[in-house]
Amino acid sequence: MSSNKKKQAELIEEISGVNPLKCMKCGKCSATCPSYNEMDIKPHQFVSYVINEDVESLVNSKSLWKCLSCFACVERCPRDVKPGKLIDAARQMVVRQRNNTYLSPDEIPELLDPELPQQLLVSAFRRYRR
Amino acid sequence: MQRIGVFVCHCGSNIAATVDVSKVAEMALMEPGVVHAEDYQYMCSEAGQAKIADAIHEKKLTGIVVCSCSPRMHEATFRKAAERAGLNPYMVEIANIREHCSWIHKDMEEATKKAVILMRAAVAKVNLNTPLQPGESRVTKRALIIGGGIAGIQTALDIADAGYEVDIVEKTPSIGGRMSQLDKTFPTLDCSACILTPKMVEASAHEKIKIYTYSEVENVSGFVGDFTVDIRKKARSVDMDKCTGCGVCQEKCPSKKAPSEFNRGLNNRSAIYTPFAQAIPNVPVIDREACIKFKTGKCGICSKVCQAGAIDYEQKDEIITEKYGAIVVATGFDTINLDKYDEYAYSQSKDVITSLELERVMNAAGPTHGHLERLSDGKAPKEMVFIQCVGSRCSDDRGKPYCSKICCMYTAKHAMLIRDKYPDVNVTVFYIDVRTPGKNFDEFYRRAVEQYGVNYIKGQVGKVIPQPNGKLLVQGSDLLDNRQILKEADMVVLATAIEPNPDVRKIATMLTASIDTNNFLTEAHAKLRPVESPTAGIFLSGVCQGPKDIPETVAQAGAAAVKAIGLLAKDKLMTNPCTAHSDELLCNGCSTCENVCPYGAITYEDKEVNDHGIREVRRLAVVNSALCQGCGACTVACPSGAMDLQGFSNRQIIAEVDAICR
Amino acid sequence: MSIENKSFRPKIVAFCCNWCSYAGADLAGSSRLSYPADVKIIRVPCSCRVNPMFILRAFEKGADGVIMCGCHPGDCHYSTGNFYARRRMTLLFSMLDYIGVENGRTRVEWVSAAEGVKFSDTMNSFVEKIYSLGENVRLGDLRCRN
Repeated sequence: MSSNKKKQAELIEEISGVNPLKCMKCGKCSATCPSYNEMDIKPHQFVSYVINEDVESLVNSKSLWKCLSCFACVERCPRDVKPGKLIDAARQMVVRQRNNTYLSPDEIPELLDPELPQQLLVSAFRRYRR
Repeated sequence: MQRIGVFVCHCGSNIAATVDVSKVAEMALMEPGVVHAEDYQYMCSEAGQAKIADAIHEKKLTGIVVCSCSPRMHEATFRKAAERAGLNPYMVEIANIREHCSWIHKDMEEATKKAVILMRAAVAKVNLNTPLQPGESRVTKRALIIGGGIAGIQTALDIADAGYEVDIVEKTPSIGGRMSQLDKTFPTLDCSACILTPKMVEASAHEKIKIYTYSEVENVSGFVGDFTVDIRKKARSVDMDKCTGCGVCQEKCPSKKAPSEFNRGLNNRSAIYTPFAQAIPNVPVIDREACIKFKTGKCGICSKVCQAGAIDYEQKDEIITEKYGAIVVATGFDTINLDKYDEYAYSQSKDVITSLELERVMNAAGPTHGHLERLSDGKAPKEMVFIQCVGSRCSDDRGKPYCSKICCMYTAKHAMLIRDKYPDVNVTVFYIDVRTPGKNFDEFYRRAVEQYGVNYIKGQVGKVIPQPNGKLLVQGSDLLDNRQILKEADMVVLATAIEPNPDVRKIATMLTASIDTNNFLTEAHAKLRPVESPTAGIFLSGVCQGPKDIPETVAQAGAAAVKAIGLLAKDKLMTNPCTAHSDELLCNGCSTCENVCPYGAITYEDKEVNDHGIREVRRLAVVNSALCQGCGACTVACPSGAMDLQGFSNRQIIAEVDAICR
Repeated sequence: MSIENKSFRPKIVAFCCNWCSYAGADLAGSSRLSYPADVKIIRVPCSCRVNPMFILRAFEKGADGVIMCGCHPGDCHYSTGNFYARRRMTLLFSMLDYIGVENGRTRVEWVSAAEGVKFSDTMNSFVEKIYSLGENVRLGDLRCRN
């Protein structure tokens, strides 16, 4: 069970590309967060939840969906920890766990529209079920 | 054939824990030329050195290999030990099996293998070593101090008191530096000017000290004991000998729109100015960019009002060339540029200021004459917010990765002074950690909290938003109460990170002194030689070496002075004998080496040579070993292979390569 | 002649200048920043002391990679040494590439005395590269082979 917890935490680190150990607990992320009052787990706590391998609580928190992804914390974090990316990664994990939410790469060519912006393609690839 | 002794050091467990030292000694005996090998707990100890001496006598050793720590650490120790036992010190080589082997590898077998190879390379090199004799060079008994702040002044006074000539070169029109800008100093709340000005006066009055203000170091050549330095004395436009310092010119000057550097641009000064009232020398400077006479040709009021006739518009920059034996760098610091920290609204509001600017605001000679007031409307603030670690401890590219060290203390000082003088002002400090190591430092900070009621909040400020009503909305976090704080403040003070003076890189390049990624000068050894640069004859004083407060700066300034005095007290210095030399029979006199030599150590002479029975006069390269520093550029440039470097000869390095690739 | 990558241990020679890179390597050591034992360091006074002949000799004697480290350009203890080194090595490495010693086997890196982390990172990435390239068969002195 504990190894599963560890895997989850590692997955978060992998998706986000963030090393939570770089955090120096200054709290600038929470200071700058516009939806701070809506959250049950505050931005600066995201980091310690990942360090303590308690991704479960993070995934079940209100904060998961209250984060606006405004990236103010990402922009201002002095230590490159980026709590916004951590919570985004937790969201990704939830989305990925729902089965069949992905397009398979083989299907892309048929669906391709030359007018389609590249970025849309990427986000569609990530988000929509077939 | 050499008779080589190999000595393998355990260094306690530092080496022996990962390297099988007895195996290394055993393998050494199989190397050509090795007649003696042993291992010992601490080779650098007296007993270890005695072992080396005994082996030299008993086995008639001609070469020594010590497998131990870095040669940068103990090469000198072992060379001296060998010399005492009657061996030429340059017959000693070090195999670095600690920093380059045992400390970085974990696997015993692997580390032992590598240690054996490193030992082999050193043995192969020693086999080709030749005894070298160091030459002598003279010492010019005068020191140069670059920077006239408290660090430079203190170093100069200490060296001058020991009886040596000292020159201070200061970039700005007056000595005094950052400390002259401060209002009070922690933790005793001494008035900064009151303790600094006597030192400034003492320095200027000292018969051994010469001060070049408004001057910069332009070029440095030479080496330890014998530096030649060009100093550019910028045109002051005022004759230093005639000026009486009456100050009438500054009063009458019609151009009063130039931002005052001394007051951090918070108010303006005249075009002809002294930075502050107690300036030394008390001789003004004309800022030619701001002066109407220089811009339009019309004006000249200062010249008309000057009773002494000291104004000289024609004055030109002057280059002075001087010789020095030692150079002390004391270039100090500046606060970082806050352009990248837009969230604190520094550029948007006049009421967001840095701590250094607050020093000027609090100072009686400052832009507000010492009254605490908002710079936008002159109103007295009721609510003040201090933000710590602005730009310090940042691993992104906006700030500095290090802790600026002084901010916690000066913020406590500011908070305390404000609460003391204006008890109706609420002071809030946002901090990440309060770091107060130092004598009476934590007590000082606790006094700010307990006695003066300063509100310390653990958390950082995310944003400062200027409001239409002129107030500043501070959005921060309180990590201990787990809440976000919105606070209206009248003034916000940023504890801005400090960085080495931007000019230090240029100076370091001139001095060939090494510098780290943060532009702090590197010390020769982080613990044991903290005031010396790895470049011989260069010493470090003050913040140019790393963040520090005034007492530490003064202590380090004294230490740098002692090191410089130690050098100046010598009449002669031993030169490095690892210099280039040219093989007369191979040299074809092409001048290639002369062109690459950075020291001008190579000249050409017509010399008679005896080339296998043929006597003829040839043009040959001759190396002046007193000038040669032994970089080896010429050895590679030489097309005929005549040039070689003693101590690092072609054959020696190739032998090392061979031993490693064997 | 192919060699199993598992048994392959490359021979790597690193030339480090005394003032910056050797001190950087010392710092890596005292900070316990590990890098593979395949790297053996030779101390030279300055990167400009590295004669191209030394590098050719290393490859001749069976080295699989040679890396040269010096002070950052402009920070040379001898003012200009690393500029000479940089030019020499650029020329040498392109020639070596031409005769079959791939560019990946040779590298110049600037490491200051304060950059222990950079030193170990550089060595790690260089050794990894040499592992991916495998044994060097070009230039080797056939008489040295057993």
